[in-house]
Amino acid sequence: MDTPTTYFHWGFILISVPNLLVIAGMVVLFAIALVAPFPHRKEADDGDTK
Amino acid sequence: MATPSSLEEAASVESKSWTLRLRQAFDRTLPMDHLLPDRQPYYVGSWVYVFGVVTIAALVWVVVSGIVLSFFGPQWWHDSRVGRFFNSLHFWSVQLFFIFMVLHLWGQYFMAGWRSGRAATWMIGVVIFAVSVLTAFTGYLSQQNFDAQFIAINAKDAMNAGGIGAFFNVLNFGQMYGLHIMLLPIGVTILVVLHIVMVRTRGVVKPIDPEGGERP
Repeated sequence: MDTPTTYFHWGFILISVPNLLVIAGMVVLFAIALVAPFPHRKEADDGDTK
Repeated sequence: MATPSSLEEAASVESKSWTLRLRQAFDRTLPMDHLLPDRQPYYVGSWVYVFGVVTIAALVWVVVSGIVLSFFGPQWWHDSRVGRFFNSLHFWSVQLFFIFMVLHLWGQYFMAGWRSGRAATWMIGVVIFAVSVLTAFTGYLSQQNFDAQFIAINAKDAMNAGGIGAFFNVLNFGQMYGLHIMLLPIGVTILVVLHIVMVRTRGVVKPIDPEGGERP
């Protein structure tokens, strides 16, 4: 807990590994949200709400 | 018995009533079936639209756990087991709030959520993000631990260099705590409510290229 974290250093990019993992997880979650099937109700509306 | 002229008079008095005009404006702008819809357009059937709702759910947990922490104070949230639990609940719900707010931002950015008269909704979202960062910052300064001291002592030079150190003193715990538990959360909550009402007023933005090929 009290030891300093490790950093990822590539060119001008310097980021801690925990932060990098969070961002990578967010990108993965976003990609899954785009492709994962969403449960539909049969009587779904096909127009705008206004 | 009311005569036609007295009825006209009553109607004209009624039309001047600000409560009536306000109610009519509400009914026109945001009818209840828009505010609390039970059906959504077909394109809302995607997990991308869930990010905003999860952000709101996280905000509810942030506020509830924050209220509990404010009742008992720093000694409690550091020393007791239940206090540490609520401290962690507050911290991790903030992490989820920011993660899902950014995911919601990505989703709205790529679907150009500001189209068709929704620019104000987008801009209020931008302000919510900025105020949330400030709220989180004052929260880190309000922890009453070495981490908070480290952040405050390092941040004070940036604040002074920016010319705001005189009225935003990061070394002043009372000021940071007051901002964190009162002014800023009220601001975030009001803006979030406004954001949701604006989303419900206009409805969810159509996809850029929906089925049928219609473009905005």
